Amino acid sequence: MSLTVSEQIIAILAREAVLDPHEVRPEMTIEDLGLDSLGLVETIFAIEETFDISVPFNANDPAQGDFDISSVGAIVAAVERLIAARGAALA
Amino acid sequence: MPEGLRRVVITGAGTVNALGRDVPETLAAMAEGRCGIGDLDIEDADRLSVRIGGQVKGWVPENLFDAKALAFYDRVTQFALVAAREAVAQAGLNFAGDLGLRSGVVMGSAGGGVGTWNDSFRAVYAMGKNRVHPFVVPRLMNNAAASHIAMEFGLMGPAFSVSTACASSNHAMGLAFQMVRSGAAPVMLTGGAEAMLCFGGIKAWEGLRVMSRDGCRPFCASRNGMVQGEGAGVFVLEDYDHARARGADILAEVSGFAMTSDAGDIVMPSMQGAARAITGALQDAGFDPATVAYVNAHGTGTAANDRTETAAIRAAFGAAAEGVALSSTKAMHGHCIGGTGAVELLACLMALRDGIVAPTIGYQRPDPECDLDVVPNTAREMRVDRALSNAFAFGGLNAVLALQRI
Repeated sequence: MSLTVSEQIIAILAREAVLDPHEVRPEMTIEDLGLDSLGLVETIFAIEETFDISVPFNANDPAQGDFDISSVGAIVAAVERLIAARGAALA
Repeated sequence: MPEGLRRVVITGAGTVNALGRDVPETLAAMAEGRCGIGDLDIEDADRLSVRIGGQVKGWVPENLFDAKALAFYDRVTQFALVAAREAVAQAGLNFAGDLGLRSGVVMGSAGGGVGTWNDSFRAVYAMGKNRVHPFVVPRLMNNAAASHIAMEFGLMGPAFSVSTACASSNHAMGLAFQMVRSGAAPVMLTGGAEAMLCFGGIKAWEGLRVMSRDGCRPFCASRNGMVQGEGAGVFVLEDYDHARARGADILAEVSGFAMTSDAGDIVMPSMQGAARAITGALQDAGFDPATVAYVNAHGTGTAANDRTETAAIRAAFGAAAEGVALSSTKAMHGHCIGGTGAVELLACLMALRDGIVAPTIGYQRPDPECDLDVVPNTAREMRVDRALSNAFAFGGLNAVLALQRI
């Protein structure tokens, strides 16, 4: 059985934050996870590689832009939108 | 000044960068507040997400070097040699005889021959070739520029390269200053060069997510990252007595230098580390901060650098920070990485000699965390007797030079 998008993102975040995936909850923020700026940049890279998408993200102002990183749940939703957009572009 | 130390002066300057092919052209652009950043003209630019840079356009090396020599020159060496020629011509020095035996060169570069790496990797990986040009190694080595400068002018004393990322030039010039000051060499050519604006070079920077796609706006609330540039700056540092004895035109005095290490984070700057370097340079030069009228900022246009640098200047200058003019010329020529301190030292020379402080262009609105006088958008005429030039590198390495008018 393949993993869901949410499960894969949680696995990435857990790896970067050195947590058990069960400890990562949708309402948690980047700060709650204890990710620093480089950890966040690595996370975005891992997400791009895993889902073959391009994430609009500038480390100078992570809160700005079209990619919502305000919580784990928000990141999952944003990635799902990017995957859908990619699918639409290919269709 | 302790017994036995010499005064050190600059008697020649040269450059190549996005603003100009020499010092007069570059200073004119800086005084005008002209922006040299534009669309990148490089192979595979359509696969980049960052497509702007401070690129030296229309560069035809075949017009500058003979073919036999050019086979050994990466673009970074080409820039360094052209800048060195201008500097030595202005200084009017001939290194034949004893002077050449004792004089040397220290050049800074973060990447060295990045274009040569890029092209040979492209050949073996992308194009499937099984051999590369026989001179790939001597072209790409980080000391190639220093060695070719030594060869061109017959500099047979201390010669080496320094690589400390974005502080490479300032470290190089600081070491050259210390060598002339100590009497180890009567004349040192020094500065830095960088030529990373190639597909592989920019891809590497894209990865860090700190690059702006629309422009470099140091200290501005709307800043969203750095923009890469390329080029070189080379200076002739000379023992003051030697320069006076031969009647040389002295451009400025190098009065002090300090370097510190944050020993903290590999990319995030430290306010304390930067402040200690600024204070160290002021003390080494014997400058009261209130007498320093201009600081050429590192001012990369990233969120982190600009607010940290502002706080560091406040910490080092105290109340005198209110009176200092601070500008980042990176908004005009881009961040020339290992060559940037050398290109930016030209802004200090212009301030000290011509009484013109280069502006921080692209400035739109104030950031409360970057609240010093950043000379927004338009150059300012003012007398500058003393100036600092900051460089703060990834790796937490800080290097600050102190200069004065002479």
